[in-house]
Amino acid sequence: MRIQASRKGRRVLARLSGELDHHGAAEIRAKLNALIADHTVSELVLDMGNVTFMDSAGLGVILGRYRDLSRRGGRLILTCVPGDIDRLFEMYGMYSLAGCGRGMLDATDTI
Amino acid sequence: MYDNRMRLQFMSLSQNESFARAAAGAFLTQLNPTLDQLTDVRTAISEAVTNAVIHGYQNGPGLITLCATIEGGRCTFAVRDSGVGIEDVSRARQPFFTTRPELERSGMGFTVMETFMDEVVVRSSAGGGTTVIMKKIIKGEAKK
Repeated sequence: MRIQASRKGRRVLARLSGELDHHGAAEIRAKLNALIADHTVSELVLDMGNVTFMDSAGLGVILGRYRDLSRRGGRLILTCVPGDIDRLFEMYGMYSLAGCGRGMLDATDTI
Repeated sequence: MYDNRMRLQFMSLSQNESFARAAAGAFLTQLNPTLDQLTDVRTAISEAVTNAVIHGYQNGPGLITLCATIEGGRCTFAVRDSGVGIEDVSRARQPFFTTRPELERSGMGFTVMETFMDEVVVRSSAGGGTTVIMKKIIKGEAKK
């Protein structure tokens, strides 16, 4: 799993590629935590478009970052979510959590 | 009588999670599954093997066995460990239940297996290891 990221103001955009399972979970958790360690970051946008596999362990990693952000009033936006991964988010009720939503990339989003 | 059968044994290591789901998916392709059915099986196998690594063997040493049997249009998978076992299977199967919240586990493993497969049977006892048997109907009367 690879992460490419960019920051614009209080918003961090991270593009994930590869497989998000238990094996890669610790590394992805550490990388995402580093991206949002600065508490002036209030929004994390995860571009899931190139994630080729995700299971409940991957869901746990994303959920963990959502909790970190929501504790400080921040938001998590999930974007370009492939159908099979969307099913897992729906199953968990991810999109109905306060401060978590589906989003779209805008024209100024670049990495 | 089955049409085809396979059996794999591998060490309880997290890098074998992707190996196990790839092997299960490769075995399933002889039934010409749809992409969605293939993803269902790969995800469910990943859940069962991850449970064996984290919970069964608690990230310690051990061997995991993956068996698959094809009969007609259905494939039955079994993931077996000889780890600590599950004390209360019905509680473990409840959505959001996890014994390891500190690991950021979502508690959705069994729910994912039950949703993505047509039948899930869990045989386990404290100290006696765990076997998860999952059936996927590829052709014929699949789950609505």
